[in-house]
Amino acid sequence: MWRYLTRRLVLTIPVLVGVATLVFALIHFNPGDPARAILGDRASEADIAQLRQQLGLDRPLAVQYVAFLGGLARADLGTSLRTGTPVASQILERLPATVELALAAVAVALMLAIPLGIAAAVWRGTIVDHAAMTLSLAGVSMPNFWLGPLLAIIFGVELGWLPVSGRGGPEHIVLPAISLGAALTAVLARMTRATLADQLREPYVLAARARGVSRTRAVLLHAFRNSLIPIVTLAGLQIGAVLTGAVITETIFAWPGIGRLLIQSIGFRDYPMVQGCILLIAVTYVGVNLVVDLLYVVLDPRIRYR
Amino acid sequence: MRKTGVLIVSVVILAAIAGPWLVPFDPSAQELALRLEGPSWLHWFGLDELGRDILSRIMSGARVSLLVGLTVVSVSASIGAVIGSLAGYYGGAVDEAISRLIDILLAFPGLLLAIALVAVLGPSLTNVVLALSLIGWVGYARVVRAQVLQAREFEYVSAARAIGAATPRILIRHILPAVLPALSVQATLGMGGAILSEAALSFLGLGVQPPTPSWGAMLNYGRAHVLDAPHLTVFPGIAIAVVLLGLNLLGDSLRDKFGGGSLS
Repeated sequence: MWRYLTRRLVLTIPVLVGVATLVFALIHFNPGDPARAILGDRASEADIAQLRQQLGLDRPLAVQYVAFLGGLARADLGTSLRTGTPVASQILERLPATVELALAAVAVALMLAIPLGIAAAVWRGTIVDHAAMTLSLAGVSMPNFWLGPLLAIIFGVELGWLPVSGRGGPEHIVLPAISLGAALTAVLARMTRATLADQLREPYVLAARARGVSRTRAVLLHAFRNSLIPIVTLAGLQIGAVLTGAVITETIFAWPGIGRLLIQSIGFRDYPMVQGCILLIAVTYVGVNLVVDLLYVVLDPRIRYR
Repeated sequence: MRKTGVLIVSVVILAAIAGPWLVPFDPSAQELALRLEGPSWLHWFGLDELGRDILSRIMSGARVSLLVGLTVVSVSASIGAVIGSLAGYYGGAVDEAISRLIDILLAFPGLLLAIALVAVLGPSLTNVVLALSLIGWVGYARVVRAQVLQAREFEYVSAARAIGAATPRILIRHILPAVLPALSVQATLGMGGAILSEAALSFLGLGVQPPTPSWGAMLNYGRAHVLDAPHLTVFPGIAIAVVLLGLNLLGDSLRDKFGGGSLS
């Protein structure tokens, strides 16, 4: 296990360096001059030259790249062009809001998807199955940038039950979490149904029932546990979609997280901030995938890594 | 399911092709006196904040969505098929290098990379297509590589190699037909993904710019009028959801038939 963990961590390093290189390239291989793009066409040559110097763009590309990687190693993501404060500190300030929203969305998805998927698998081919799968297909097809405003219209405007913007008490997170978690719910419900239906056909379930194990116990403690690996894998893979979805959901509900910071920074052409936000989201995604890989061992003791 | 999917996709394609002749009003024509008016017999889906007919703009927006979807899928699938074939067929160092590049690109959530690229290149329809194609090929390359790895071991491929057929001929004549079913599943699901990504970018103000009608941009403008004119939000959203539903149904049934592809 420890050998596998070390190997998996070492293999993550080139991916992280690749991610950092790609983020660096995004800004530096811009077909135009980034300084001119930030200041606009009307800026004077002197102002552009000053900004180029401030951003370090007047140095050779290799030097800039090494300095960029060196900065990352010290958790220095540069300085925001808009506020003049360190990018890392602003991101850290917004991080809890995004983590809170992402966790709430995943919780909503798991709470809805797993019972829905289990019901569809157990009562396969019945009206329960068809209803659950129709609901999940609708969830996959409804973009969160439509679902969000719809929820706001119904529960915020018409019924007046829930607030539609900002971060505050627990009631503030309900609509953003449902909006962000809907697509994940749909995908997980379909996966739960498919994997559990396969497991329910296995002889060990029949054997458990023959030994007198109740149907509920056979489904939940025997078959469902063995269905968890693909479900956890998919949930992990979908974290990328949740993080990207958070960019949109935070914009809709004025949720003060990293996604909203990213979109605001794009509007202000604050490239160091854009770079920092994207890097953080990508690194989080890589980290979550690593955790998912390690969770396999806990979920299925038959898996032994070499 | 496949019939419903085919029907929905056909209607959208028809609306996109025949849209200019079918639209009840000029999508850019403004009736400022009637701005934000709700659905009526004359304007089925109502009017937007500039008094433009929403139904006409949705029908015109179908052209933009399909254009983006088809272009992105064609470019991404072509690039992905070539790169995936090279990795799968040659193996060794070529496969290793391409697989590591794929790993790095897969470390980015796709739409996030598109947001970053468009942020740098500037918002426009061309840059949206470019950004989505630059990211989109990765999924195709992964699917094609896996298929080619299997197909290169088939006896008829070994036979072709034994009689001295050139590598491009083996790849195109013998291996490509074996890869096509999985590629078509991926392309159908990828088309929905491309349309959704374009709408998301336009919703964020990073995609299609006014006055060109785009479903995502229409939803974005509708946000300011959620309280007084919810029809601005409801109808473009239904259009996106219906197209995605059609493509998902079609993709699912193709996947059930041929295997391969992924929802993500």
